[in-house]
Amino acid sequence: MDKTIPNLATAVAGIGDGAVVMIGGFGGSGAPIELIHALIDRFKATGHPAQLTVINNNAGNGHIGLAALIEAGMVKKLICSFPRSADPVVFTELYLAGKIELELVPQGTLAERIRAGGAGIPAFYTPTSFGTDLANGKKIEDFDGRSYVQERWLKADFALVKADIGDTHGNLTYRAAARNFNPLMCTAATVSIAQVRQIVAPGGIDPEHVITPGIFVQGVVAVANPQQEETLNRAGAVYA
Amino acid sequence: MSDKLSNAQIAWRAAQDIADGAYVNLGIGFPEMVAKFQPPGREAIFHTENGIVNFGEAPPPGAEDWDLINAGKKAVTLKPGAAFFHHADSFAMVRGGHLDVAILGAYQVAENGDLANWSTGPKGVPAVGGAMDLVHGAKRVAVITEHVTKDGKPKLLGRCTLPLTGVACVTRVYTSLAVIDIEAGHFVLREKLAAMPLETLQSLTGAHLHISGAVADLIVPEL
Repeated sequence: MDKTIPNLATAVAGIGDGAVVMIGGFGGSGAPIELIHALIDRFKATGHPAQLTVINNNAGNGHIGLAALIEAGMVKKLICSFPRSADPVVFTELYLAGKIELELVPQGTLAERIRAGGAGIPAFYTPTSFGTDLANGKKIEDFDGRSYVQERWLKADFALVKADIGDTHGNLTYRAAARNFNPLMCTAATVSIAQVRQIVAPGGIDPEHVITPGIFVQGVVAVANPQQEETLNRAGAVYA
Repeated sequence: MSDKLSNAQIAWRAAQDIADGAYVNLGIGFPEMVAKFQPPGREAIFHTENGIVNFGEAPPPGAEDWDLINAGKKAVTLKPGAAFFHHADSFAMVRGGHLDVAILGAYQVAENGDLANWSTGPKGVPAVGGAMDLVHGAKRVAVITEHVTKDGKPKLLGRCTLPLTGVACVTRVYTSLAVIDIEAGHFVLREKLAAMPLETLQSLTGAHLHISGAVADLIVPEL
């Protein structure tokens, strides 16, 4: 078994028009910038993939990474908790012009919906959002005298995540708080692809240190020196 | 002392109620200031939604690690005993009732404990983050806020007029003028600035201030 993908272009080659794509990261931390840019490169060259539904905590920052994906016109709908950032101009302008759909989800509910998708649980109840506008149209049920909102699972065709070390079986480790949504998204997509700083042979990661077991991962691609969204934005970078 | 507390002084007062060993989540922005004012001899452990417990202050400029940030996307450092975890575990800590206190900002708080702090109405881009989760998870949900809006209107009301973050969730409010508990659907005044007559405070509050026992002077250091 070897889940190594030789390069970024190959890693994103299977993502088609209209795909639902989970993209890991919280702001720039754990964001797979290079995989996102490879997807943009393909769109620029071929016009595909377009009409994507993207699931991420945020809506991008500046003009690189997720913001650049949105700016390229590839995203039809965004499912996220916090579409604001230091420089949210790309999403804000498209949203206010009615050119991109937004499904706003409380952050913990977003995480749990993804977890549920990965765990085969079609719905669950949470107190989060009860009595608020974000519970409109959702089923409410009382348990032990308290009211809860029914939320549905979230699944995706693809997950693009950033990890630290990966082995050829797809076992992954993460770095610091760059873990965030990445392990959850690996479980909830049909095809999960991780960019990793280094690919090692099986046994190269201590089993005690594996955060995402390789059963959840279909491909690993090496990006030895991954870029950080914050560093790129401070340098005024634009990916176009 | 001026006729109202500064943000730092409100944060200082809120920090005095955090017990040694408490697990605490601070909302992004103004509430983050509470971490600066932990009383000596007490250690609070701070949680951030994006997967750290026991993070510390910001590193010096140039020493940031952008994989090590808080929910406000600001660079932080780690304290000894810190831990990382993914988002589902993070919100299990929140919704599972494992946090002792969450301290949040507010646009409006109602006398029944309703909180509005995520949306000022249908204009612009809506964003909610983790606020709706926090208000139903932490054992104690406190608010720190100016007592009135910039144009002098009460922020403490009979009922919120802005979109709600949560229903009947706030238990204590620290304002620039007073400390007020929410009990059985009422505002109960606990502390007020000594120079502030009760009638004036009531006139700046959008619902009745109940008195139950002594009202202490709200005393904070110059900061």
